Amino acid sequence: MNGVWTFLSDGANWVGPDGIWTRIAEHLQYSVLALLIAAVIALPLGALIGHTGKGITAAVGLANLLRALPSLGLLTLLVLWGLTIVQDNPDIPARWGLYVPSILVLVILGIPPILTNTYAGIGAVDPAVRDAASGLGMTGGQVLRKVELPVAAPLIFAGLRSAFLQIVATATILALVVTLGGLGRFILDGPKSPVNPYGIMAGGAVLVAVLAIVGDRVIAAIGYAAISPGLRSNGRPGNRRRRPALTTRNDPAALAEVQQ
Amino acid sequence: MNWAWIDSQWPTIWQEFGQHVWLSVLPVLIGLLLSIPIGALAHRYGWLRPPLVTLAGLTYTIPSLALFVVLPGLLGTKILDPINVVVALTLYTVALLVRTVADALDTVPDDVRQAALAMGYRPVRQLLAVDLPVAAPVIGAGVRVATVSNVSLVAIAALIGVPQLGSLFTQGFQEDFATPIIVGIVGCLVLALVLDLLIVLAIRLLTPWQRAGRIGRRGRSAAAAELAEVVGPAEVIG
Amino acid sequence: MITFDAVSKRYPDGTVAVNELTMEIPSGSTTVLVGPSGCGKTTSLRMINRMIDPSAGRILIDGTDVTAVPASRLRRGIGYVIQNAGLFPHRTVLDNVATVPVLTGTPRAAARREAAALLERVGLDPALGRRYPAQLSGGQQQRVGVARALAADPPILLMDEPFSAVDPVVRTELQDELLRLQADLGKTIVFVTHDIDEAIKLGDRLAILAVGGRLAQFAAPSQVLAAPADDFVAGFVGRDRGYRALSFTAGDGIAVRPEPTIRIGDVPTGADWLLVTDDDGHPRGWVDAAAHPGGTPVAEADLRLGGTLLGPGGSVRTALDAALSSPSGRGVAVDADGRVTGSIRAADVFAVAERTARDEPGEPPVPAPAVLSKDRPA
Ligand SMILES: Nc1ncnc2c1ncn2[C@@H]1O[C@H](COP(=O)(O)OP(=O)(O)OP(=O)(O)O)[C@@H](O)[C@H]1O
Ligand SMILES: [Mg+2]
Repeated sequence: MNGVWTFLSDGANWVGPDGIWTRIAEHLQYSVLALLIAAVIALPLGALIGHTGKGITAAVGLANLLRALPSLGLLTLLVLWGLTIVQDNPDIPARWGLYVPSILVLVILGIPPILTNTYAGIGAVDPAVRDAASGLGMTGGQVLRKVELPVAAPLIFAGLRSAFLQIVATATILALVVTLGGLGRFILDGPKSPVNPYGIMAGGAVLVAVLAIVGDRVIAAIGYAAISPGLRSNGRPGNRRRRPALTTRNDPAALAEVQQ
Repeated sequence: MNWAWIDSQWPTIWQEFGQHVWLSVLPVLIGLLLSIPIGALAHRYGWLRPPLVTLAGLTYTIPSLALFVVLPGLLGTKILDPINVVVALTLYTVALLVRTVADALDTVPDDVRQAALAMGYRPVRQLLAVDLPVAAPVIGAGVRVATVSNVSLVAIAALIGVPQLGSLFTQGFQEDFATPIIVGIVGCLVLALVLDLLIVLAIRLLTPWQRAGRIGRRGRSAAAAELAEVVGPAEVIG
Repeated sequence: MITFDAVSKRYPDGTVAVNELTMEIPSGSTTVLVGPSGCGKTTSLRMINRMIDPSAGRILIDGTDVTAVPASRLRRGIGYVIQNAGLFPHRTVLDNVATVPVLTGTPRAAARREAAALLERVGLDPALGRRYPAQLSGGQQQRVGVARALAADPPILLMDEPFSAVDPVVRTELQDELLRLQADLGKTIVFVTHDIDEAIKLGDRLAILAVGGRLAQFAAPSQVLAAPADDFVAGFVGRDRGYRALSFTAGDGIAVRPEPTIRIGDVPTGADWLLVTDDDGHPRGWVDAAAHPGGTPVAEADLRLGGTLLGPGGSVRTALDAALSSPSGRGVAVDADGRVTGSIRAADVFAVAERTARDEPGEPPVPAPAVLSKDRPA
């Protein structure tokens, strides 16, 4: 642990093109962008599936397939192809040959949790509530926007957090492609360093963990603001045996989302 | 695709596949065995749960790559020793399943638990004969997620040189040659799907009552299991 | 005998669920704990099998403190039935019933054989034994719950609102079944409900609890209805208590008047309702001669079904109901074989009811007969 402190406390390690700040910025950039893209794809798809109740089997299959895809294999394959493509098409910026594959790998990682949680959350809306909403004269779209999505929000945010944790942790392997950077560089290069090899590597791991925790808290806070107070807590006071909480509040446990 | 390469490398590929199988399966088995008592304790003693769950959560934020590198120092093993991979993945599996087991035990209807108590079950026997079987579908869903993700995580160990299907990725990357990578990906997919299928089958065999056609009201655990099945426990939990 | 000796229960949050409860629950009969929600019925019941430990006081079973044996052993000797049956979803119905015998070392095959016999006993087709609980209706599940509690033949049966989650028709069936079983088995049953009608129907004794776990009255149902111990009890048994008390007055004194009967195929005459019976004299229904097309014989389709019947040993309450539920206004009285003996009129029933109320202003009609004259199927 001393080595970690030595590494992190030295201001010189934080600045410069190979410094910690740069790596954090890179790591965060990939992760956030990937999360947003994954959400843009998975949320509407999940909402549609949950609302119509159609295509659940296909969605389960798709999510499982994406989960089973090895990130490292995908990254290496897509980078090889990406490089070939930018070589053959000079009008595409060369950087994209690396950038697009790396984001894609992370997007694929983020889709399953968001997709499944969205349709499961919407599918779990009490049919009586849904009926009541259409009974009030809401159109299908209105039912989805005004009733189903708000009620499903706790699960959807849980999915987003799960996706983020997996993306941040896996973004370390992007360091395999040297120019992509990210915090994985410290983990991969640290052991080769002549001074304080262990401290650099473990320090990198600590930074990833901190980034994951902070990001998770931020999404949790957004979720807390977005989720109706009526849905935040589902245990009566004094009710010891609560159901697995679907909310994001007061839940340090949220970090236990799957990383893979 | 270079079929000739595949042909010539077949014995190596096959060997790496075998390596990959046990590196992914062994941690799930050990992890499950460890998670059941720990999860049961977390379920039984409420005060144990927050620290255990937080610990599990923190474990998840450690990048696997970092664990593969750190563990040899902690365990006194060689960096290339596959034990490191097994230990790292066991940690992840336990982190996932402890929470799943505790939450799965929560889905055992209170009526059932009370009835068992009233009939004179002692705690350990009740856990084994009543609570765990009733919670099995939810735990099974957790095992599926853990297994499928382990298959993908094992591959990352190739970055530190432990041979398995992931080695095909680093090899292809270094040689600028797509065939080994594709072979590796297909191998991982096949392995993940086969293992998943085996687990589904095992769950079905272990829980014949789940498939019993339902008349009247459905139990809460059945509904919870169904949700867990589509969502994957960690996400339901979040 | 189950003895509560100054038993109190204070939960960690300070709630006093049971306060200095002292009572003696006699063996071989049914004692119903009844009272408003939250008055400590469940808590009292569960202290008997030590699912909850009292904060003060002692509970004795036949003189032995319940804490004298390990809790698990104590519980194996006490049957327990709860609201949603609490059946094990992962075991077949048969294995559910066999649970306790297997726990106590009976070989599984033997336990299953006995379980099958028990299923029959609680009115279930033994073929259901191979099913899983999810494949049963709510009423069937509850019967399995009762069978499971009886499997080890425990002398004591604790039942916590066992029938409150099923619909009224099934509930009545289950209550009747329990009365029938209890007539055979003579267990010491402690039954919790907040339904006063259920309590009156099932209980040989009522223990009426007030909120805060105070025992307000402990007496036979007839006595509770006739002489509520205090305002709380009077309020709890409700406005209908005068009417309910009619359950405990035998209907023997009510005049049974001759009632002419006809058969299916006969041509009704006159302008009144006529009682139609089958060839053996069992009532089939009523036909309104005034509305019947003249000269045509009575067909099955013309029958208006009659109301309830007053059999031998029926109470004044049953008699009144028979009269009021009949389309003709005349209640049908039958003998033990169900053959029509005549009819009764509401006015006659009222006369008897009035006389009873005048004769016994608030006095219990002597303890024992009150229990015997209840509307139990013979
Ligand atoms: N574990 C507990 N902790 C704190 N208070 C409790 C606990 N269990 C019950 N109580 C309280 O004790 C009182 C009696 O509860 P109990 O369950 O015995 O009532 P009950 O008569 O069975 O009610 P109901 O008819 O609603 O089932 C209630 O006020 C209840 O809130
Ligand atoms: Mg109760």
